[in-house]
Amino acid sequence: MRRRVLPGFGISLGYALAYLGLIVLLPLAALAWKASGIGVEGLLRLLSSPRTLAALRLSVVGAVVAALVNAVIGLLVGWVLVRYRFPGRRLFDALVDLPFALPTAVAGIALTTLYAPNGWLGQWLEPLGIKVAYTPLGVFVAMVFVGFPFVVRTLQPVLASLERDVEEAAESLGAQRWQTFFRVILPMLAPALLTGFALALARAVGEYGSVIFIAGNIPMRSEIAPLLIVQKLEQFDYAGAAALGVAMLAISFALLVLVSLLQRWSHRWQERSL
Amino acid sequence: MKKSILVLLAAIGVLLTAAVAAKDVSLLNVSYDPTRELYRQINTAFAAQWKAQHGDSVTIQMSHGGSGKQARSVVDGLPADVVTLALAYDIDAIADRGLLAKDWQKKLPNNATPYTSTIVFLVRKGNPKGIKDWGDLVRAGVQVVTPNPKSSGGARWNFLAAWGYALKQPGGSDATAKAYVKELFKHVPVLDTGARGATNTFVQRGIGDVLIAWENEALLAQRQLGNNAFEIVVPSITIVAEPPVAVVDSNVDKHGTRAVAQAYVEFLYSPQGQEIAAKNFYRPRSPELAARYASQFPATHTFTLSDLFGDWRQAQAKFFNDGGIFDQLGVGS
Repeated sequence: MRRRVLPGFGISLGYALAYLGLIVLLPLAALAWKASGIGVEGLLRLLSSPRTLAALRLSVVGAVVAALVNAVIGLLVGWVLVRYRFPGRRLFDALVDLPFALPTAVAGIALTTLYAPNGWLGQWLEPLGIKVAYTPLGVFVAMVFVGFPFVVRTLQPVLASLERDVEEAAESLGAQRWQTFFRVILPMLAPALLTGFALALARAVGEYGSVIFIAGNIPMRSEIAPLLIVQKLEQFDYAGAAALGVAMLAISFALLVLVSLLQRWSHRWQERSL
Repeated sequence: MKKSILVLLAAIGVLLTAAVAAKDVSLLNVSYDPTRELYRQINTAFAAQWKAQHGDSVTIQMSHGGSGKQARSVVDGLPADVVTLALAYDIDAIADRGLLAKDWQKKLPNNATPYTSTIVFLVRKGNPKGIKDWGDLVRAGVQVVTPNPKSSGGARWNFLAAWGYALKQPGGSDATAKAYVKELFKHVPVLDTGARGATNTFVQRGIGDVLIAWENEALLAQRQLGNNAFEIVVPSITIVAEPPVAVVDSNVDKHGTRAVAQAYVEFLYSPQGQEIAAKNFYRPRSPELAARYASQFPATHTFTLSDLFGDWRQAQAKFFNDGGIFDQLGVGS
């Protein structure tokens, strides 16, 4: 074996695998084992019910759109925080972490207080015919809120390490501003941006605490998939709840695989553009 | 190294003997959400009585949460000595796992329900929509707030109360009752997951014209919020909501706390326990105390679960399980 700078490969590998197994795989295995009680037929019946489909659609589509919005706004905010110096910058930088730090229930209640028809924002939106709290739009707002820090925090270190001379070189070679952004900066940011997008997405798909307060929880309209799991548990239907959990896990996993494929492709894009 | 282990073991030993010698008894009461105020007072009174009679001091720890979630915690190993939940179905679920006898409801008087409540309406000041009875809830332009019966025990009582009203109307049948509750849920803009959440939506967010609620929640909300911002409307007919209590057999045998746990649930039936229940807006079972607190609890026609629906297992299967009547209503679609 090649000599490494730091010793202890065997023990650290063993520890890492054991830890992963204990913390990640064991609970997942337990989930799958519980879910197997429902049987294939039961699973198909569960997944083909219109109510399950509607809830899954709201959770997944809402999370994807929220993560897209976060990717765009997060890029902008990250850029501003890294590139510009302005009074209060450190404060704004600290504020980004707030959705991480806030207990999700508090976030949900705060958002509902803001957007309810008698809330600070809601009372101005209501006359315009825009209803946020207790609608799918409210679910989306909460998902944007909880996912926001992921994009900013994954982008910041990459943005900080971007060398300005690259942009200057692009400019001196006659690139337009949009060309500099799309052909020089974006390819370098793409892997980190996709990671942030994936994290925001994963967080939003399974989010319960903050969403539940602002969603109206009306079946077929504003009911999220995690709520269906809670309802199954309320009937002591552990197998059904676990099966829904496995289904959500499979969807999330498929989305994450998709994102990592995109990431690979973006690496190639990055290399080509350099 | 060896020495430190010995010291540790000695310390543990000392702690254990100290705990045995002090004769402190500890009970865990696993309850549902709106009983916080009630059991705080019950526990103080019971501890004083037990100390006076037996000389031992008893500490009662409480755990509160949604009734179904609490039952699941006990099933999954929360070492409850006593459970005091929102509906018998949740204690049945614990009994199904063998933690207490299947006939637990026969072991205490009144179906193991020391106090009852009922389902009433909370409306905004001056009752602007003129809500008087269940029929008014389905008028055009009336919005009703009630939690989701799939996730809330309180909401199941609400649902059955509405069903019973429709069933008891002239010409009432399962078909007319189903049509009525279907219409009713078309007037519900938000289905909160629990009873407290629904109260918040109605009170704090200003959503809806009527909140269907436990009488004790409605009275508590009215008293705590004051300013006469809300009024209680008692419908012509409603259900007797029976939140039951039970001693968890296998846990008290393990802890050696059967005697004190039994005394604790029996204390709820004593004149003192009944009075505390009444002060916390639960309807006492004792006729004497019911008479004394009559002004607080308006008279109305009531029916019980067993009058119309059999027991909770049957009601749960017929109405609230997957594919049951609530799912058939197509709420939202």
